[in-house]
Amino acid sequence: MSAATPAAASLDVPSAAASGRAAARRGLPWFIVGAILFIGALAGIAVLAPVLAPHNPERGSLRARLTGPTLEAADGKAYPLGTDHLGRDILSRVIYGTRVSLTIGFAAVAVGGGVGGFLGLVAGFRGGWVDEVIMTVADAQLAFPFILLAIGIIAVLGPSFPNLIVVVGLSGWVTYARVLRSQVLSLRRREFVHAILALGGSVPRVILRHILPNVGSTLMVIATLELARAIVLEATLSFLGLGIQPPTPSWGGMIHEGREYLDTAWWISIFPGVVLMLTSLVVSRAGDWLRDVLDPTLRGAQ
Amino acid sequence: MRGLAGFLAYRLFRTLVALWLVSTVVFVVMRLSGDPVPLLLPPDAPIAEMERVRHELGLDRAIPVQYGVFLANVVRGDFGRSIHFGEPALQVAVSYLPATVELGLAAFLIAAIVAFPVGVLSAVRRNSALDHAAMGLALVGQSAPTFFLGILFILVLSLRLDLFPTSGRGEWRHLVLPALTLGAFAMASIARITRSAVLEIQGAEFIRTARAKGVAEVWVVAKHTLRNAALPILTITGLQFGTLLGGAVVTETVFAWPGMGRLAIQSIYNRDYPVVQSTVFLAAVLFIIINLALDVLYGLLDPRTREAVP
Repeated sequence: MSAATPAAASLDVPSAAASGRAAARRGLPWFIVGAILFIGALAGIAVLAPVLAPHNPERGSLRARLTGPTLEAADGKAYPLGTDHLGRDILSRVIYGTRVSLTIGFAAVAVGGGVGGFLGLVAGFRGGWVDEVIMTVADAQLAFPFILLAIGIIAVLGPSFPNLIVVVGLSGWVTYARVLRSQVLSLRRREFVHAILALGGSVPRVILRHILPNVGSTLMVIATLELARAIVLEATLSFLGLGIQPPTPSWGGMIHEGREYLDTAWWISIFPGVVLMLTSLVVSRAGDWLRDVLDPTLRGAQ
Repeated sequence: MRGLAGFLAYRLFRTLVALWLVSTVVFVVMRLSGDPVPLLLPPDAPIAEMERVRHELGLDRAIPVQYGVFLANVVRGDFGRSIHFGEPALQVAVSYLPATVELGLAAFLIAAIVAFPVGVLSAVRRNSALDHAAMGLALVGQSAPTFFLGILFILVLSLRLDLFPTSGRGEWRHLVLPALTLGAFAMASIARITRSAVLEIQGAEFIRTARAKGVAEVWVVAKHTLRNAALPILTITGLQFGTLLGGAVVTETVFAWPGMGRLAIQSIYNRDYPVVQSTVFLAAVLFIIINLALDVLYGLLDPRTREAVP
């Protein structure tokens, strides 16, 4: 009995991973196909915004102020999602807002992944006091609501595109660092790493050529989940008036502008909000699925 | 118990270092943010008057000196006087604390009371319509931005159905919407983790044994499953309590709830450094106390975790 149990347990792990891969081969589940189409469509909309938007997103017609969603042309132009308090077309603004959300989202993931990934690799590989310092800083960041720090930094440096990318990006580095550190810790003890080092391979070479490819799928999973978080954080900052400044349209900023008119003109806030919610839901579901397929051991990490 | 004590001592040390780092970052960020004196005085105030106020606040000293004074004061629990309120900053922050605690507890209670039964039912009636509906909602709840949930609740439950007030603090009706908004994420997470924890235990051999003995299904769930599923559920639940503090900043702003989160945001706009430092510090202390309490609880409930001293 005592001999059979560990054997059964060790057999269990590869079979779980294999069944995940088998599921992936059988074909993608419908919601993943939908998610890929949705994200692709968003990216397309962001790129083609000037072509797709029926109106100028920053200039409104005062005669059309607070028009409800309608397909009927008022003065020769239709406003399918209505207009805001300055007569600007909501549809056009939501379309242009895609650019802000996706640019900051993807760039923030690159910043967070770069910084967190690097620090996680170093902490895991070097160990000792370097590891201790990096992980203590990570703990400190987790010890209080990051949004306060983000607000403070943006209030100091000013709400520009690059500042937002850095702040939103740095808000997520801890996740990458912690997960990568633990993976590297176990990889470092493996024989192939010892073998390469014994053969005279340099440490950067080991990290770049042998460790990094082994943690690639983990990075991918975290990056997808972080993308959803980054987009929501940018929208939250914009909602608090600390994100992209008017008149540039951003989803969070639009929800903020519509707040005052919620009772009479709900469409100003609700349409960008629904798009934001859908984006967050779809991207995080895609991340959950990737995690289950690529790396089931990560399940407890979030 | 030596294991537990060692574990706690180690955690406490890391906690103190974390608090020092947090306060240092707050100091640096706030000092970089510019001079608060022009905000305090009328725009036509003479230069001499501005110099006098600057000296009074200690802002004319070298930055390292200011930092030293700041650290020494933090140890004594003295964050200086609020520039905006003119009272001791920590006192101001503490006076806003009850509203935040009230909101946080209400949110947590709503989340837990709804999520536990839903999670258990979802697991027991796996793949039923209830399971699918509950888990679908939980997924939405986990990914919905807090501030937009608040806006949705205000639009539907307050403006359209006129069930609750849109903002402010007062009788219990004022508490419902902010608590729901703040608790939504925790509710979704707790329901999902409860479901998966119960499902995992339901597959264990001792559950099959209990069933084979002829124990009624209700008792199998109530006595055998829930007891064993309690530990992972407790961990996630505790973690949720911590993240509630962060969500409070946004929720309090949306609902004009007079708590610490809203105070922090307003103080940042007012460049009221002492109050910002006090709120961040209080929030960090609260968060850390909750986590330490969880560690103790966890160590008491599951002796195995005590061995895991790093």
